[in-house]
This record gives sequence, structure tokens and C-alpha cells, in this order.
Amino acid sequence: MIELRHVDKWYGPTFQALKDCTTSVAKGEVVVVCGPSGSGKSTLIKCVNALEPIQGGEIILDGIKVNDPKTDLPKLRARVGMVFQHFELFPHLRIIDNLCLAQEKVLGRKHDEALAKAVKLLDRVGLREQAKKYPAELSGGQQQRVAIARALAMDPVAMLFDEPTSALDPEMISEVLDVMVNLARDGMTMMVVTHEMGFASKVAHRVIFMDQGEIVEDALKADFFGKPRSDRAQKFLSKILQH
Amino acid sequence: MLGSFDFDVIRRSLPYLFVDGMTFTLTLTALSALGGLVFGTLIALMRLSGFKLLGRIAGLYVDFMRSLPLVLVIFWFYFLVPYIGQWLTGASRPIGVGAFASSLITFIMFEAAYFSEIMRAGIQSIPRGQPAAASALGLTYAQSMRYVVLPQAFRNMLPVLLTQTIVLFQDTSLVYVLSIPDFLGAASKVAQRDGRLVEMYLFAAAVYFTISCLASFGVRRLQARIAIVR
Repeated sequence: MIELRHVDKWYGPTFQALKDCTTSVAKGEVVVVCGPSGSGKSTLIKCVNALEPIQGGEIILDGIKVNDPKTDLPKLRARVGMVFQHFELFPHLRIIDNLCLAQEKVLGRKHDEALAKAVKLLDRVGLREQAKKYPAELSGGQQQRVAIARALAMDPVAMLFDEPTSALDPEMISEVLDVMVNLARDGMTMMVVTHEMGFASKVAHRVIFMDQGEIVEDALKADFFGKPRSDRAQKFLSKILQH
Repeated sequence: MLGSFDFDVIRRSLPYLFVDGMTFTLTLTALSALGGLVFGTLIALMRLSGFKLLGRIAGLYVDFMRSLPLVLVIFWFYFLVPYIGQWLTGASRPIGVGAFASSLITFIMFEAAYFSEIMRAGIQSIPRGQPAAASALGLTYAQSMRYVVLPQAFRNMLPVLLTQTIVLFQDTSLVYVLSIPDFLGAASKVAQRDGRLVEMYLFAAAVYFTISCLASFGVRRLQARIAIVR
């Protein structure tokens, strides 16, 4: 479903954010990407739907080459959902309109059809009552659940999560993770940048560990938590698991 | 001293001042603000676009317009436009444009430069994550601007845009150099006809002051109401 081959990414002429990154996510697979801050994990996931351009290598998404200048990027992006650290709901639109906008303008759905879909998804994330409110009237956890619903409204073939719980107060993290766990169990293809190792051990198939722009470890979940091969991954795990 | 003043001249000329003069002033203000906003937004988008050449052209335009006295542009445009029209259409004589059309075009061009800077600031004030989220949903650049960025930028900047429109309302009085009877022009005509300069100019000042003050007050009330909570 998602293939990254020897991806290089530079910020300016001197800083290389991604170095020769190769990995893949199969259909229905859940892959967690972790690593210390500044390791390039967010950059990696943003390259998958070309929110960040790459300078070397190639990325193939559902059979389409992302970094081909001929690729219709808006069309491609409409097929992968993305959830951001800071939710990025549109503050001037009601919750329901946040869910309908792209359905109507990108997929060309009729308003009634988009509305029905939106209500169904809001129901699924437990926020049907909030449909008429504006984003600022919701808590962080609720906003992030809306953001997930907004992405799902496009019927994506895969979902990308960029640190979806990092900006949340601790008591709101689990309500968002619950939605994600259910999504994973329903068979959604997911690439998730997160530090939530509980989530990783519960639903991930594979874990990718990054450091300084490189994929240091790319292992099955059991192997990663059981016996990480690299020193850096061991150090990282011991730091975030000891509490 | 006030005894020698004839304030009745104001009462007698009220219909002319307001029906003719103020209507003209308000029409010119509203149309210029609207046109300025539309073209200003386009110029702002040009400046912020990835195309360097477009950005340079827009930047030069804004700098050029802001470096000239408005009254000079009004004058210059009024006398030049007929010749430009002649040149463009290949007509045998200069094309009469009319004082209203000429001054409207001038104000739109001038205000576009100012409004573009306001809209540019407004667009830049939107967090980068917003257009990113719009792109991630599959919206094109144009759709992302139209449905996500510009509505927020416009709302954030509305108080500043309206304040600039109040300045514009005062600036429209400069069309009196073309002998157009806007509100000030009308007052000035009556003043000279009846030899009542002090009364008429005092009255004109009071009217501009009152309208501008009330409008500013309205803008402040509005500002408190529409601010988007983040």
C-alpha cells in the first residue's frame, strides 16, 4: 500500500532530514513510527502524501508514484487520510461543515449524501451531539476525534497519524487512542507517528525506530519490544518505558 | 462674533449637500472599497504565490502606489486616461471617461495597494497547518485559499479593512480637485456662491468627524463580536 524506497530529504543545502529511508506498509497493516524528537519521523510521514517534497528515492502510494511531477497530488491526497498533532480543524466552520467541505468540493458528493456520511462518522467517534458547534467549543480530545472523522469521511485507503496525542492533556489521550484502536481492528491501513507505546503494543504489527533521519530499526512488534537490536533503540525504549 | 454667521445657509443647502454630495461620496467609498478589496486580495495572492516574477510585479505595484500622493494620482489619471483609452482602442481622439469613472478607477487602484498589504498580513496570520490540512484532504491550492485560508484571513482582518475604509471615506474628498460635487465639493460650491466659507467648512468638518467617529465605534464593537476563538 505504502512503499518508500531510498528516500532522501533535505531542508536547505546543508541539513539532511531523511537519509536513505526504505520501508513499507502493507494493506491492513498498522505501523508505528517512533524515535526521539528531531529524528525525522514527522517529516517521513508528511512525505508519504507529499506535504513535504523529497529530493531522492521514490514513494509509491497505492500503486501511484507520489514524487512523479505528473501525479495529480490533490487527487492522490484525497485517498489518504491525515491526522495532525494540532488537529487543524477549520475554526470558521461548524463541526458538520468541517466534515462536509472536502466531501463536496473534492469528491463532488451531494450535500445530503455528505451530510449523512458526516453524521454517521460523528456517531462513530461519539460526537454526534456536537455537530452544530464550532471547533473552539470542543475539548482537545473531541477536536482530534472530529479530525479523525473528517479524514475518514473521504473513504481513505490508508490513514496517516502525525503525533495525534502529543498536544493533548493526559486525560484526553485515551479517548483518541480508543478511536484509533477500533480503526486498526477494523482493518484500516495505518502509519502512526507516536510515543504511545501502549498503543503500539496493542495494535501495531510493526514498529519503525528512527534517529537522526535514519530508519535504525524496522521490526515486528514482538521483536522490537522483546529484543531491539540497536543500542539507540534500546536506550530510547528504556527512557520512555521506565516511567 | 458668531452673530455675523449665517447658519441658515446650511439648512437651505442640506438637500443638495446630502442628496447629491453625500450620495456621491458614499457610493465612491463603497465601490472603491469593494474593488480595492477584490484586487487587493489578488495582489496579495500574487505576492504570496510561489512564482517569483508575479510576486515581484505585485510588490513593485504596491510600492509604486504607496510612494505617490493620492491627489497627484487622481489628477494624473483624470487627464491621462482619455489618452490611454485612445491608444488602446486606436480611436482618433481622446476618449471621454467622465469624472466619476476616472476617480473610481483611481481609488480602486490606490486602495488595492493598501488592502493587499492588509490581506497579505491576514493570510500570513493563518497557521501553516490550516492549508496543510486542506491539502491533505485533497483540496487544490485554489480551493484551499477560497474555502479555508481567505475566509479566516478576511474575518481576522475585517476591523483593519473597515478602518482603512473610514480613511478612504475621508480621502474621497480629494476628488474636489476634479470639481466633482462630492460632499466636500458641494459644501465648497455653496460656500463660494453665498460667501459663507467658515460656516460651510465648519459644517463639512463636523459631518466628516461625526460619521468617521461613529463608524470607528461600530468597528470596535464588531471586533469584539467576530473574533474567532482559537
